[in-house]
Amino acid sequence: MNSKSANKITYQIPVGPIHPALKEPVQFEFEIEGERIIDVDVSVGHVHRSVEWAGTRRNPIQILYLAERICGICSYCHPMAFSLATERAAEIDVPERAQYIRVIHQELERICSHVLWAGVAAHEIGFDSVLFLTWQIREKALDLTEYLTGNRVTKGITMIGGVRRDITKDMYPKIMEVMKYFKDNFEKIRKIFLDDKTFKLRTQGCGILTKEDALKLCACGPTTRASGVKKDVRVDQPYFAFGDLDFDYITPDILTGEVNGDVYDRIIVRLLEVKGSIDLIEQCLDKMPSGDIVSEEKIAKILSILKKVNGEGIGRMEAPRGEVFHYVKYNGNESPHHWKVRAPTYNNILPWIPMLKGNQIADIPIVAASTDPCMSCTNRVAIIDNGKKYQLDKQKLYELSVEKTRRLMK
Amino acid sequence: MAKGLPKSFKKSLWVYHCNSGSCNGCDIEIIAALCPRYDVERFGIKLVGSPRHADVLLVTGPVTRQMSEKVKRIYEQMPDPKAVICVGNCGNTGDVFYEAYNLVGPIDNILPVDIYVIGCPPRPENIINGVAKAWVKLETLEAK
Repeated sequence: MNSKSANKITYQIPVGPIHPALKEPVQFEFEIEGERIIDVDVSVGHVHRSVEWAGTRRNPIQILYLAERICGICSYCHPMAFSLATERAAEIDVPERAQYIRVIHQELERICSHVLWAGVAAHEIGFDSVLFLTWQIREKALDLTEYLTGNRVTKGITMIGGVRRDITKDMYPKIMEVMKYFKDNFEKIRKIFLDDKTFKLRTQGCGILTKEDALKLCACGPTTRASGVKKDVRVDQPYFAFGDLDFDYITPDILTGEVNGDVYDRIIVRLLEVKGSIDLIEQCLDKMPSGDIVSEEKIAKILSILKKVNGEGIGRMEAPRGEVFHYVKYNGNESPHHWKVRAPTYNNILPWIPMLKGNQIADIPIVAASTDPCMSCTNRVAIIDNGKKYQLDKQKLYELSVEKTRRLMK
Repeated sequence: MAKGLPKSFKKSLWVYHCNSGSCNGCDIEIIAALCPRYDVERFGIKLVGSPRHADVLLVTGPVTRQMSEKVKRIYEQMPDPKAVICVGNCGNTGDVFYEAYNLVGPIDNILPVDIYVIGCPPRPENIINGVAKAWVKLETLEAK
């Protein structure tokens, strides 16, 4: 042992593109010394479906449905950001009532997404009962989504210049009932995630992203707010009706008084955001004015307006994972000349490198999941041990993670 | 589904889920089917971590160029008898991505698909129905 320790060997571990903690194929290259991670490299591009290219061959109404299928979890943010960009390019005014309905749907999606994430995070450290508990709560949010939009996942609610369905007075009791259900269950979830010994042991001091790194690597959304950077498009550049509503940046020091930037802080930020979203929906229901829900009802008319547009627009929104950015340029043709999408995970991939460095192999799933990457998963790891290759699949990696939880609990 | 199901209960189905470039919509509905509201584990159906343990391959997504080799490899690693279920419209037909340059799908260009589950994304009930149909197929394969 003593003689060997003088020349330490590092191992290369490729993870993915079928990978444990991610929801989209992505490939990692880890450099490992014993159990410690020394270096990480990330390569993406396995889910490239040429969406932007296809968009330049379709008309703006068709693009709404294409944009919805960029990501199934943010299926509201992408078409909405696209229509924001288009409205800016074509100078279309959105009715006041539609602005409030847009906020309600956005915050509902945020609740769905954060509760989903909480379940996935619990699963990654081997706490499956919490996965089932949170997903049961999430079903309530999906029921409400279905009640308001007609669909569970892809909502089809967006229209350029407004929304497609109104929220009428007789829907209020059902919305209030679901909000009450969330509030009743919030305390239970908070207790499990913030006070439970297992969670504290696995998440505190793990996967740290410092404020400097977060700024340097342009992280966004809850990932950067958990490192103490006050950045939220809803506050910085209010869109929809956010200017009229009362809320503020959510950083972990609101609850604990300090910012560590670890996985635990990211859990705090997301939990508080769920609470903030419930509050925002209630404010919207109170303040919603009466009026139209869309500036122009006839789709053929919108299309003929958009055909004549010559100009460009930018749409920025705070999606559940961070800032989503759409740029669109019209040239007076039926379809846009150029369309560019920048999803929040794009910014949140590079922060993985400082987060993972120095952690153990068993921490990979929870740290990678902690930025809530919007990707899909394939699950195989091959460890190259002095040229001999043996495989570590998702099961094995997951077992390693569960084992570490047990070890810590002893 | 009802026909042949009582007989089929003698064996639990283990499912391997492979994402070939889908948008996550189908994937979250698959997990929703495993969670308390729909709870397919009461039938012994569960997701496994390795294709070598699986009876059924659930494929989602339109199969991007980079993923096509990997999807094939996963299929080859599964033991016989096996069934392939394609979940979601984009795997079935291409759906909104039909003309995209980076796709080699639909999935039946690459794998022999047994059951097509439609919807974008399909509801969990629909996915469970698809798995139950795969069950019947595996039973008939085993009887031969």
